[in-house]
Amino acid sequence: MAKKKVRTPQEASRDPAAVALLERALEIGAETCFYRADEITPCPIGAEGLCCRFCAMGPCRLVGDVDMGVCGATIDTVVARNFARAVAAGSASHSDHARDLAYTLLAAAEGHAPDYKIRDPYKLFEVARYLGVKVGDRPINEIARDVALAALGEFGRVQGELLYLKRAPAKRQKIWRDLGIAPRAIDREVVDLLHRTHAGNDQDAEHLLDQAMRCALADGWGGSMLATDITDILFGTPAPVRSEANLGVLREDMVNVIIHGHEPTLSEIIVAAAQDPEIIAYAQSKGAKGVNLAGICCTANEVLMREGIPLAGNFLQQELAILTGAVDAMVVDVQCIMEGLVPLAQRFHTALITTSPKVRVSGAVHIEFDEHRALEIAKQILRTAIDRFPQRSEVFIPDIRAQLVPGFSHEYINYALGGTYRGSFRPLNDAIIAGRIRGVVADIGCNNARLCHDENHYYVVAEFLKNDVLVVQTGCGAIASAKKGYMTPEAALEYAGPGLREVCEAVGMPPVLHLGACVDNSRILTVLSQMVSETGLGDDISDIPAVGMASEWMSEKALAIATYCVASGAYVIMGGVRNPVAGSPYVNQLITEGWEKKVGGRLEFLEDPEEIVRRSLAHIDRKRAALGLEEYNPAKWGKSGDWRIREVLELPLEERLQAVYGRR
Amino acid sequence: MSRYIATRAIRGANAIVAEAEALLQKALAEKGPDAPVAFTNTAYYLPVIYGLLGHPVSKIGDLVPVIEHAKSLLHPPPDEKWWVPYLGETLDCGMATLLACEAIEGIRFAYGEQPERYPGFRMTGGAAFTSPEFEKEEGGGGYLNGPIDDIQLRSWGIQLVDGRMPGFAAIVGAAHSNAAAVAIVRELQRRNILVFLCGNVNGRSIIDQLHEEGVEMGYDTYIVPFGRDTIAAIYALGVANRAALAFGGLKPGQAREILLYNKYRVFAFVLALGEVDDLKYAAAAGAISYGFPVIADTVIPQILPTGVTRYEHVVSMPWNEIEGATEEEKAARLVQKCIEVRGVKVKITEVPIPVPYGSAFEGEVVRKADMRVEFGGRHSRAFEYLRMVPMEEVEDGKIEVIGPGFEDVPVGGAMDLGIVVEVAGRKMQEDFEPVLERQIHYFINGASGVQHIGQRDIAWIRISKAAAEKGFNLRHFGDILYARFHADFGAIVDKVQVKIITDPALHAEWLQKAREAYDRRNRRLADLTDEAVDTFYSCILCQSFAPTHCCVISPQRLGLCGAYNWLDCKASYEINPTGPNQPIQKGQCLDPVKGYFTGVNEYVRVASQGKVDQVAVYSIMENPMTACGCFECIVMVIPEANGVMVVSREDPSMTPAGMTFSTLAGMAGGGLQTPGVMGVGKYYLTSPKFISADGGFKRVVWMSSFLKQTMAEELKKVCEREGDPDLLDKIADETICTDVEGLLAYLTEKEHPALTMPPIF
Repeated sequence: MAKKKVRTPQEASRDPAAVALLERALEIGAETCFYRADEITPCPIGAEGLCCRFCAMGPCRLVGDVDMGVCGATIDTVVARNFARAVAAGSASHSDHARDLAYTLLAAAEGHAPDYKIRDPYKLFEVARYLGVKVGDRPINEIARDVALAALGEFGRVQGELLYLKRAPAKRQKIWRDLGIAPRAIDREVVDLLHRTHAGNDQDAEHLLDQAMRCALADGWGGSMLATDITDILFGTPAPVRSEANLGVLREDMVNVIIHGHEPTLSEIIVAAAQDPEIIAYAQSKGAKGVNLAGICCTANEVLMREGIPLAGNFLQQELAILTGAVDAMVVDVQCIMEGLVPLAQRFHTALITTSPKVRVSGAVHIEFDEHRALEIAKQILRTAIDRFPQRSEVFIPDIRAQLVPGFSHEYINYALGGTYRGSFRPLNDAIIAGRIRGVVADIGCNNARLCHDENHYYVVAEFLKNDVLVVQTGCGAIASAKKGYMTPEAALEYAGPGLREVCEAVGMPPVLHLGACVDNSRILTVLSQMVSETGLGDDISDIPAVGMASEWMSEKALAIATYCVASGAYVIMGGVRNPVAGSPYVNQLITEGWEKKVGGRLEFLEDPEEIVRRSLAHIDRKRAALGLEEYNPAKWGKSGDWRIREVLELPLEERLQAVYGRR
Repeated sequence: MSRYIATRAIRGANAIVAEAEALLQKALAEKGPDAPVAFTNTAYYLPVIYGLLGHPVSKIGDLVPVIEHAKSLLHPPPDEKWWVPYLGETLDCGMATLLACEAIEGIRFAYGEQPERYPGFRMTGGAAFTSPEFEKEEGGGGYLNGPIDDIQLRSWGIQLVDGRMPGFAAIVGAAHSNAAAVAIVRELQRRNILVFLCGNVNGRSIIDQLHEEGVEMGYDTYIVPFGRDTIAAIYALGVANRAALAFGGLKPGQAREILLYNKYRVFAFVLALGEVDDLKYAAAAGAISYGFPVIADTVIPQILPTGVTRYEHVVSMPWNEIEGATEEEKAARLVQKCIEVRGVKVKITEVPIPVPYGSAFEGEVVRKADMRVEFGGRHSRAFEYLRMVPMEEVEDGKIEVIGPGFEDVPVGGAMDLGIVVEVAGRKMQEDFEPVLERQIHYFINGASGVQHIGQRDIAWIRISKAAAEKGFNLRHFGDILYARFHADFGAIVDKVQVKIITDPALHAEWLQKAREAYDRRNRRLADLTDEAVDTFYSCILCQSFAPTHCCVISPQRLGLCGAYNWLDCKASYEINPTGPNQPIQKGQCLDPVKGYFTGVNEYVRVASQGKVDQVAVYSIMENPMTACGCFECIVMVIPEANGVMVVSREDPSMTPAGMTFSTLAGMAGGGLQTPGVMGVGKYYLTSPKFISADGGFKRVVWMSSFLKQTMAEELKKVCEREGDPDLLDKIADETICTDVEGLLAYLTEKEHPALTMPPIF
């Protein structure tokens, strides 16, 4: 392998815990994805979508003088096809995740999965309503069974369109129907798109991209939304909890088990098993005080939101966690699991345990998960971890962690803004209308080893807060802000502009809201739809002064999310790496101006974070102007708050009695 | 919220719910679960609990689930660091506080501890038209008001909707000084904002302050002293809940709708005077759920973002920092701020007289002992006469006092007075003369220290010593009338001049002219029948409160509130062509007996938003007219007696229907058509069209004695018209019977005609 310029740890990450472990990696000569990213030059042809690998007549590289493949496929077709394939894979991932949850709900309802129960019956009733399942006074398990079956029915729905589409504003639904992109069945849209992108099929870029939108919508308003809802039904709808983030949450004196991946089904049971006296006793018998759970990626976000389990880190920290030498087991399920974990785990004492029937990694221990015997398997996994504890050698845990308050489901936000009796989105809409909150940005998605880890996330979030933009996050972007300390309520006082600060102080919330895992981007769709129905911000999602972005994106899932957000009316920016449709100016024009005309949203790929912020604020201000809202003016705000009463309270009683009436 | 407020409110909520629970345990032990719990004269049980939870509390045991629910709404206070969100939680604690406060007051009633005792305190009494000579003996009273009863609430209904009473202020605590207390309350009165008083600061209440300063408190002055602790603030929210239930057509248990109704329709706010303690913060958190903001005269954290309330949630305006040289100037600024924050629409007419002016002073009574001079009554003659004259005969703004002033009249003496108002205007019509003339009563009554009773040539005006000392003289009657006629009737009146006549010769001459005009008008009014006109009028004034109710007002059927007759509506339409009174073309008459008209049906269908399909204008049995909640009387069929009873809202007694006025009102109001029950204006009883389809006035078998007494003359004429001059004696009242058995016995004994009339069903 040719030696390239290798970044220093400080150049590779903005997270001090990551930097410390990258230094440690250098010290002990361990290889990580950061190093490999420096070593491997990204293929410049593939990076711009110009490599066609759809048949054995190729691969055709459409560069230089070559402007069509062997079959005659044009650059536009190839670029669009590559993009669409990625969307299909991303949509499939979220949706298949949802399918497994629906099967778990079914098993639980039918009594075949005794370790699961309906934790949020109210959510079940609400979902039942959307899915046309009768509630009445039927036994809860009967309702749950019918909800599970109805959900499963959405994957292979024979006729009509997805039931959840009616949760979108009426105007949005009409746009989808008029364009013929209202998704019919979740699996069908993925299969349709895979079919179209097979050699010799759909060879019209615009037509391909329309189906990409339909497929992505089947993810956002289908798979992802079902996944969120069923997870809430089974494990509870999130409400704020307190927790901590970063590798400092690992404990020297406890068995550290990292749960990593995306599905909550097993990890929720592991959380329960870790508190089992039998397991604690077993850990103690091996010299540990107990079992300490921590998460990486979206499995982490799932158990963080509902159980307050701390975050060890985001995507790019999976290998670094093992480098601490303190991780006794890393339990993985699906998605975003690096194979590079295997050699690292082997180098330390860590048991890398794969659990999903869909995911095996050569060299890892496989303990297959079966929801019918969930607790038993969870305990087996924990025992495996505990057995590794005595094998630990040198431990290097950076003492770095930050506090956070996650748990913002749309149900809780609704409650937070009015309580049991007056819950609504009115105060949020009011704040945007008045200009205390300039707009809303969702910064979501991944890390990317080709970028400086967390740098874009930290930068854009800080800029938005300063500019009174409320930030909502999911996935690894959320974990970045958690580590940076943006998700504490105190952060509002320190980082937010005067208007946003007033709102945060009124509610007691952090200026950056953690909405959950990447599959929970569906919550953002729900929040936006509720904001529309609360009135005052237009009559469609595309009217709201909001921007979506994945400022360090890397996965196909991120492209699927971006596409369903755009098709739902949002302006979406993908940050950091090169534009994957750069090879075709026509396709790039289709997903920007083309989509804006069609669906009111647009998709842009921007490498420069400053440009991301500039364009986002400009877009927000444009949308504000279109709604006829007052121009953003931070000078008007900031007169709320506790500061003055605190001054008065410090006075002695005698003086205080007069001082409450103010200065003469 | 702010974290500071959240902390204190949540602490206060936890404490008061614990207190309520302990008190409930004590009451259960001492009085037992079946001991009755009731507020005075209300059909809404404990109205906050009833409205929010749909749970009628009538016994101590009924409070157990209420306290359990309150406990479920409690949360721990936020931490000093790394707190979790607190807004929703604090609002829930606020609601828990309200439930606990009302439970406590309920239990206090069971113990006879409410209304609060206050030795030496006396409420200003009497309705506007009762004579001050009927006032209670010295030494009466000794109690604060406690909760407002349903009767008063309903009688305020029309004022709340027509803008005369823009909203209410719940004042909690004590003002910076007695002078500040008076100044603040006067400012609110001047704007006709209803003032509720409660709470204290270190034991001293604004009620004490106003009492010491001799400010009259009571329903008539719009100042209602609830009680001297913060818990009594719950009575203000009881008013809010009942407004939603009585006028808004909402059902008990529709908590969210009731709260939103208040946010959008009831313009109320909390004025926290003096240092704010935990319980006040907690109660304020409850008020915020109603959309009622809090304004404080001390340093407290501000919560300026909007949403739960329409404008700012909590505003701090420290008294010392308010600009102004005097307490009055500061008070004016503070009240101005309250109005801004709540978005109260206040119509205020500056009247250049030396005493405070506003509708809140309309009900003030000038007692004989406090009187400087009176006009009319037993010892002199006063009359008022308004007439339309050609444009060139009026010099706008000319006010003449013809004859001597009252300087030479001994203190407490009487003199003759004539008030002649001459108006001109391009849109003025002779028909409007009596409409405008009737306003003189309200206009003159608005001056603090001036009392006006009656009308025409039985007017009776008193000026208090205090008002006279401030320089109020005869000319000021002219100033008031000039300012108000222009302000309120500018659309039809272009020029106004006023003659105040005390000169004996001229007085006699003008009195004669006035009497001729009264007579002419009487005859004209008698000619004004439903058949004689093509047009009825609608009144949807109350739709701000009762969104589906629409009154149909014909010459022979006035509005159910008693405040609008056909001529009033006609004038109102002239004044404001897009206003609440619209002409209804009668259209084709489908049934002259029951009173079905195509035009009326079409209009009502639209105006009721499809809730009412048709209206029989003359029947109670078939598609009767709906009611908002402001009705003066309720007419209800008594099937056993083959007739109807008429209950006036002043009558708190039981009726033969087995229900009091308050309970009946729940059936009659809210814009619903309930055959057999109807809310009406009391003068409708005298109309030949009074339930004429069902047999007319002869159907009346029972009537509140209040009506029999106060309308004796008019009703006598009705009985004569009906061909049964002794009919009134055959009609029972609450002094005769309050059950059906007694009623039937009485009717049989008196041979009441209803018994032999065709079956009413």
